[in-house]
Amino acid sequence: MIQILFMFFAAVALGAAINVLAQKHVLYSSLSLIVLLTSISALFVLLQAEFLAVINVIVYAGAIVVLFVFVIMLLNLPADEERTDRLRWLKLVGIPMGLFLLFMVGRTVWNVEGAANTPEIAGTAQAIGASLFTDYILPFELTSLLILIALMGAVVFAKKDL
Amino acid sequence: MIEYFSSRDFLILAAKMIVIFGGVMTALAYTTLIERRLMAFVQMRPGPNRVGPFGLLQPLADGLKFLLKEQTVPGNANVFLYYLAPIVSMIPALLSFSVIPFGPDLKIADTNVSLLFIFAITSLGVYGIVLGGWSSNSKYPLMGAMRASAQMLSYELSLTLSVVGVLMIANTLSLNSIVLSQQGTWFGFIPRWNIFIQPLGFIVYMLSGIAETNRLPFDLAESEQELVAGWHTEYSGMKFAMFFLAEYANMVTVSSLATIMFLGGWNGPMFGPWWLQMGLPTVWFVLKISGFLFVYMLIRATIPRIRYDQLMRFGWKILLPIALANIIITSLVVALS
Repeated sequence: MIQILFMFFAAVALGAAINVLAQKHVLYSSLSLIVLLTSISALFVLLQAEFLAVINVIVYAGAIVVLFVFVIMLLNLPADEERTDRLRWLKLVGIPMGLFLLFMVGRTVWNVEGAANTPEIAGTAQAIGASLFTDYILPFELTSLLILIALMGAVVFAKKDL
Repeated sequence: MIEYFSSRDFLILAAKMIVIFGGVMTALAYTTLIERRLMAFVQMRPGPNRVGPFGLLQPLADGLKFLLKEQTVPGNANVFLYYLAPIVSMIPALLSFSVIPFGPDLKIADTNVSLLFIFAITSLGVYGIVLGGWSSNSKYPLMGAMRASAQMLSYELSLTLSVVGVLMIANTLSLNSIVLSQQGTWFGFIPRWNIFIQPLGFIVYMLSGIAETNRLPFDLAESEQELVAGWHTEYSGMKFAMFFLAEYANMVTVSSLATIMFLGGWNGPMFGPWWLQMGLPTVWFVLKISGFLFVYMLIRATIPRIRYDQLMRFGWKILLPIALANIIITSLVVALS
């Protein structure tokens, strides 16, 4: 049962991910992004990481993509906008980068032994909170600082006459 | 798989689902009637009282009317998104009932992240409004959708932060455990409800709850005088009814969460024979929710709408700092005791 559900949501996630890139209209792309994020959350639930699943939906699907959609609606883009060729050279960089990413992911997945042996408790809010505030306290605080800097930067850009 | 679908567990679960879904849908239909009658009472007019005794069959008549109405689609509308939007707002609104404990046993699922699940699901409800407003290809719905999304994003923050104090005291994210943590009394007569130790959190929750469900005095998204009907101006028939039902479902969800977090959920005095004791918790829960809905309706009937800039200022400059202060005070008290 879990296997079938996992396959189903994995297929939906893949399809949505491809659709994000294939759609011409930005709004459809962001809607596919929502489908992608929610199906990834379903995968998290099947892997017994409920906390991650829920946080994924709250932060990405519920807040960040809402902002995307908000901006798209504000700009009111025409339905069939011409694609700019300005970023063509990025394709050349993208292919090796993508291959490198695939290689790294594959290496990690193959090298981790007994990923199935992770204790069931690993996905709970308590476990994640505890490891964030003990083992990973420095990266956690640094990330917060980075987000704060980005926030202040956004305010400075938005209000030129501070 | 087939064994599972014929097992006793599954049959009990299916029965619970039917009871909760049927109960919620009936309750939603009658909430609309009660709201209309109550507002009529406040405004000194009779209200809908013609269909059936005391107008009790009015929801049925409304439903029939919605079904038989002509389905209009505005010209140049994005038809796919136009049809998708009511569905997108209806599904999250109903999904959140799957983790709400209506009684000690009357709940469909209880995970250790039930509360976050409700926040996650309700945060998806904004897409229904945004898509409905955008796909109508009309200026008033677009304005309404913009206002709604900005408003819901802003008030979601205070709404989420206002319950953190409760979570710190209850030490869990599971709604059932939060209810259980509020059993018993202080000094023998004050119930151990969180409203008495988290009054600030309760006030912030109530105010941002009203804003989150787009109700008066915060219903800038559909303010009739400026925007006709806001994001659902171009909708008619059953599609409009779905938006309408989703709004009421969200109201009931916000009230249920308030009951669970601050008013002890299904806790209440227990007495009588065993069959009465089985039903009593659900009765207390429904009574508490009805109290909240009553307050909601009275607020709608009596308080005028505020301006949009006032709404934004209120959310970001007043509610959010209060919610943050509440967290700091609560964590100090929890850490020191």
